[in-house]
Amino acid sequence: MAAVAFYLVSAVAIACAALVIFQPNVVYSALFLIGTLLALAGLFLLLNAQFIAIVHIIVYVGAIMVLFLFVIMLLDLGRDPAGTEQLPYQRGLGIGLGVLFLAELALMVSFGGGLAGAPEGPLPAAFGYTEVLGRMLFTTYLFPFEATSILLFVAAIGAVVLGKRRG
Amino acid sequence: MIVEALIHLVKVLLVIGFVMNVAGLLTWVERKQSAVMQDRIGANRADIFGFRLIGLFHPIADGLKMITKEDFIPPGGNRFLHTMAPFAAFFPALIAFAIIPFGDVLRVGGRIIPLQVVDFNVGVLYLLAVGGMSVYGVVLAGWSSNNKYSLLGGLRASAQLISYEITLGLSIIGVLMVFQTLQLSEINRLQGELLFGFIPKWGVVVQPLAFLLFFTAAVAESRRIPFDQPESESEIIGYFTEYSGMKWGMFMFADFIETVTVAGVATSVFFGGWQVPYLFADGFHFPWGSIVALPHLAVILLQVASFVFKVLFFCWLLMTIRWTLPRFRYDQVMRLGWKYLLPLSLFNILATGVVILALQAL
Amino acid sequence: MNVAAINISLGGIGPLLILSATALVVLAIDCFWPSERRSHLAYVTVAGCLVALGATWRLWGAQEAVFGRMIIVDNYSTFFTGIFIVGTTITTLLSIGYTSRMGIDRAEYYALLLFATVGMIMMAQGLNLITIFLGLETLSISLYILAGIQRQRAASIEASLKYFLLGAFSSAFFLYGVALTYGATGSLDLEHITRAVGETTFASKPLLLIGVGLMLIGFGFKVATVPFHVWTPDVYEGAPTSVTAFMSVGAKAAGFGAFVRVFSISLQPLSPDWTHLLWLLAVATMVVGNVMAIAQTNIKRLLAYSSIAHAGYVVVAMVAASALGTSSVLFYLLVYTFMNLGAFGVVLVLGRQDEEVLAIDDFAGLGRRAPALAAAMALFMFALAGIPPTAGFVGKFYIFSAAVQGGFVGLAVIGVLASLVSVYYYFRVVVVMYFMEPAGEIPLAPRSAPATVALVIAAAATLALGLFPSPFITAASRSLVAVLF
Repeated sequence: MAAVAFYLVSAVAIACAALVIFQPNVVYSALFLIGTLLALAGLFLLLNAQFIAIVHIIVYVGAIMVLFLFVIMLLDLGRDPAGTEQLPYQRGLGIGLGVLFLAELALMVSFGGGLAGAPEGPLPAAFGYTEVLGRMLFTTYLFPFEATSILLFVAAIGAVVLGKRRG
Repeated sequence: MIVEALIHLVKVLLVIGFVMNVAGLLTWVERKQSAVMQDRIGANRADIFGFRLIGLFHPIADGLKMITKEDFIPPGGNRFLHTMAPFAAFFPALIAFAIIPFGDVLRVGGRIIPLQVVDFNVGVLYLLAVGGMSVYGVVLAGWSSNNKYSLLGGLRASAQLISYEITLGLSIIGVLMVFQTLQLSEINRLQGELLFGFIPKWGVVVQPLAFLLFFTAAVAESRRIPFDQPESESEIIGYFTEYSGMKWGMFMFADFIETVTVAGVATSVFFGGWQVPYLFADGFHFPWGSIVALPHLAVILLQVASFVFKVLFFCWLLMTIRWTLPRFRYDQVMRLGWKYLLPLSLFNILATGVVILALQAL
Repeated sequence: MNVAAINISLGGIGPLLILSATALVVLAIDCFWPSERRSHLAYVTVAGCLVALGATWRLWGAQEAVFGRMIIVDNYSTFFTGIFIVGTTITTLLSIGYTSRMGIDRAEYYALLLFATVGMIMMAQGLNLITIFLGLETLSISLYILAGIQRQRAASIEASLKYFLLGAFSSAFFLYGVALTYGATGSLDLEHITRAVGETTFASKPLLLIGVGLMLIGFGFKVATVPFHVWTPDVYEGAPTSVTAFMSVGAKAAGFGAFVRVFSISLQPLSPDWTHLLWLLAVATMVVGNVMAIAQTNIKRLLAYSSIAHAGYVVVAMVAASALGTSSVLFYLLVYTFMNLGAFGVVLVLGRQDEEVLAIDDFAGLGRRAPALAAAMALFMFALAGIPPTAGFVGKFYIFSAAVQGGFVGLAVIGVLASLVSVYYYFRVVVVMYFMEPAGEIPLAPRSAPATVALVIAAAATLALGLFPSPFITAASRSLVAVLF
C-alpha cells in the first residue's frame, strides 16, 4: 500500500518535473512545478512528516509559486514560446550532460551499495510531530534557526534596496 | 470495513451538503438582508406555481439561469486555463471544511464516530495550506482572460490574499500557543474547560486581539467588502471580467463557500466550535452547582446545533459588515495589512509568549 | 535533550552578534534620524567592527564546539574572523567619500557590509554543513545586492544579475553536494563525516565522491577558481569599486575558510581522491588568471584576473594538504586582504563625481601629480607580484615551500612560472604611472581623510607583514594546533 503510493507520487513528481522543462509555455511550466511541489508534499506525508508536508505546501505552493506566476504574467512571458534566445547546441549539450550525470549517479550508487545511516526498524512514536520538530529547532538547530532570520532579513533589505523607487 | 467507509461517506456528504446549501442560501440572504438594511423589499419575484416563499426560490432560478447562459471564452485567451480557473477557485474553498469538527465523538452501538471528516494532527496548518491554494483560481482567471483589466484584477487579488494570509496564520498562532496543539478536535475539546470556574475557555476569551486580527484578515480572505479589491466593481471589475455563465457562477459561489468556511474556522478556533457553555459529556454542570443530566444523543445534538448556530451567526455578521462598511482603496488595503495587522499579530505572539511564561513562573 | 546540553555560548559568537547588532543600529539610526550625508553611519560601522575585533581577540585560544556542535570556536575560525573584520573595517573607511560621490551613500550599504561579514564568520565558524551553507547564503545574498546597489548605472545592475544567477546556480550545486554527503555519511557534522569516511567498512564512497565533487564546484565558484571563474571579471568590473574590493578579499577569504575546513580537515581521509582534482584546479586557475590578466586594459578587470590567479596560489597550498600548507593559506589570505584592498583603494580614491578612472593608461603621470598615491599603488603592485620585501613575497614563499615539502615540485614550478608572468602586468601599472606621459588630466577625487587612513593601514601592513612576518606566521600555525576538532 505504502509502496504503491510512493511509486505513484514519485511518478507524478518526476513527470511534472520533466514537463516543467519540456513544454514551451512558461505558465504551464510554473503550474507543473506546482504539481511537482504538491507531489513532494505527498512524499513527505508518506514519510510521516505531516508538519513538513503542510508547511511545504504553505510556503512553496501558497506563496513562492504565486510570486513566480506573478512575475511571469506581469512580464507577459507566457505568450511567446521560449526558444528564440537559445545558445547554439544548448539543448543537445544539456541533454547529453544530464544523461551523463544521471548515468554516473546510477552507476555509482549501484556500485556503492546502500546509504549510510539509513534508519532501521519502526519509527519512534512521535516521529514527525510538530512538537518534536519544534524541540529540535530550538535546541540542536537553534543556531541555524536564528541565523536563518538574518538571512531572510538580508533578503528583505535587498528587496527594498533594489525595488524602492528613488535615486 | 464497509460500515466504516459508509460512515465516512455519510460524513463527507453531510459536510458538503451543509456547506453548499448554506452557501446557496447566502446568495439569498445577501440580497434579502441588504434589502432590509436599506429599507427595500428585495428579491421576491421567482415563484413556483405562484408560491413566492419570500424569494427563497431565487437561488434555484439563478442556478438555472447561469447554467443555460452562453459560456464565452475570449479570443486569444487560454482555453484550458480559462476553464480550469473556476475549479481552482472552487475546490480549495470546499475541501477546507473537511478538517472542521462539528461535534464531539458520537457513540452508537459500540462504535466511536468522531464528528469530523478528517482529524489531521496538523489541522490548523492544513486550513492555511488550503487557503493558500485558493489564490491560484484568481491568478489564473486573470491571466487566461487575455484582458489587461482581468490581469490587473487577478494580480491585485492575489497580492491581497497573500498579504492577509500572513496575518491569518500569525493570529492563529496565539491560539495554538495557548492550547499547545495543532489538532482542531483537540483545540475544540480544550475550549470546553472553564476559566476561574465559570468563564468558558474559548479562543476569543484567551486571545481577544488574535480574534480581531483573524476576523479582519478572514474578511479580506473571503474577498468581500470592505476588502473587495479582487472584484472592485467600480474600478477595474476584477479577475472574472471575462467570465460568463456557470463559470462566473462558480467564482461567485466560491466566494460564498469561502464565507461559510471562514465562519466555520472562526467558530472552531475562537468560539468553542461545537462547545455549549457548561455542557459536558453527561449534561449541563452549571457553575452555581446545579446539574442537568442529559442522554448522550441529546448532548451530541446540542453540540451540532451549537456549531451550526455559531456558523450561521458569523455568516450573518459577515453579511452585515459587507452592507455596513464602505470599501477600502487598494493602497489602504495594503497599508492596513502590512503596517498595522502584521505588526499587531507579531505583537500578539510576543505578548502571549510573555504571559504564558509568566503564568508558568508563578 | 535540554537547552543546557547544546552549550549556548554567546561569547563564542560574540563578533557575529556585535556585527549584527551594529547593522541593526545603523539601519535604525537612518530610519529614525535621517540626514543627507551618511558618513556618521560609516563611523558607527567602523566602531562596531573595532568592538567586534576586540571580541575576536578575546576568543583567541578558546577551543570548544557550541550550539549543539553547529559552531566551533577555535583559533582557526578566530584567525579568519579577524581577517574578515579587518577587511570590513578597511572597506568601510575607504567607502567614506566614495559612496557619496557614487550616490550609494545609504544605510543599507553599511548594514549589508556588516551582514556579509556575519555570513563570512558563520562560514569560518561552521562545524556543520548547515551552518556553512547558511553563512554562504547570507554572504552571497548581501553581495548580490551590494553589487547592484548603484541602480542608476546599468553595469552595476548587470553585475548584480550575473552574479545572482550564477551564484544561485553554484549554491544549488553546493547544496546538492551537501545532501549527497549526508546520504553517504548520515551526518552533516564535519567531525562525524570525518569519522564515517575513515571507517574501513565505509560502503557508500561513490555517493560521497559525487557529493564532494558538487561541493567542490560550489566552493570553486565562491573563491573564483578556473573553470568556475567566468563571472569574476564582469562582476568585479560592474560592481561599485568599494564593493569589488570587499568581495575580492572577504568573499574569497570566507570561501577558503570553509573550503579548507571541509576539504583539508574534515575530508582529510579522502584526500587521495580530491588532491588530483585540486591540482588541476590550481594549475588551471594560476595559468588562466595570469595569462588573461596580461591583455586587460581596465584596472578592475586586471585586478579581477589577478584575484583569480591568487585563488590559484591558495589552492596550491591546499593541495599540499599539510599543516604547513594550511597555515600558509591563513597567512596568505591575511596578506592578500591588505594588499588587494590597498590596490582597489587607490583605484577608488581616484575619480570625480560619478566618474571613475578605470583605464590603466589613465594612470599615466600619477607619479608626479600624486606621488604618495602612486607610491602606495606601486607598493601594492609589488606585493601582489610577490617581490621582496613586501608581504606578498613571504606569503608566496610559504605556499610554494609547502607544495615542495608535500612533494608537489611540479606544481610549485608551475606556480613560480605563473607568478613570473604576473610580474609583467603588475609592473605595467607601475611603468604607466611613472614613465608615461598623461594624455589628459586625471581627475583626482577630493581627499578623504578616512580613505587615506585606510590606505596607510593597508600599506603599512603590507610592508610590516613582509618585514616582520614571524609573529603572524606563528599565529597562523598556532591556528592549527587543535583544529582537528
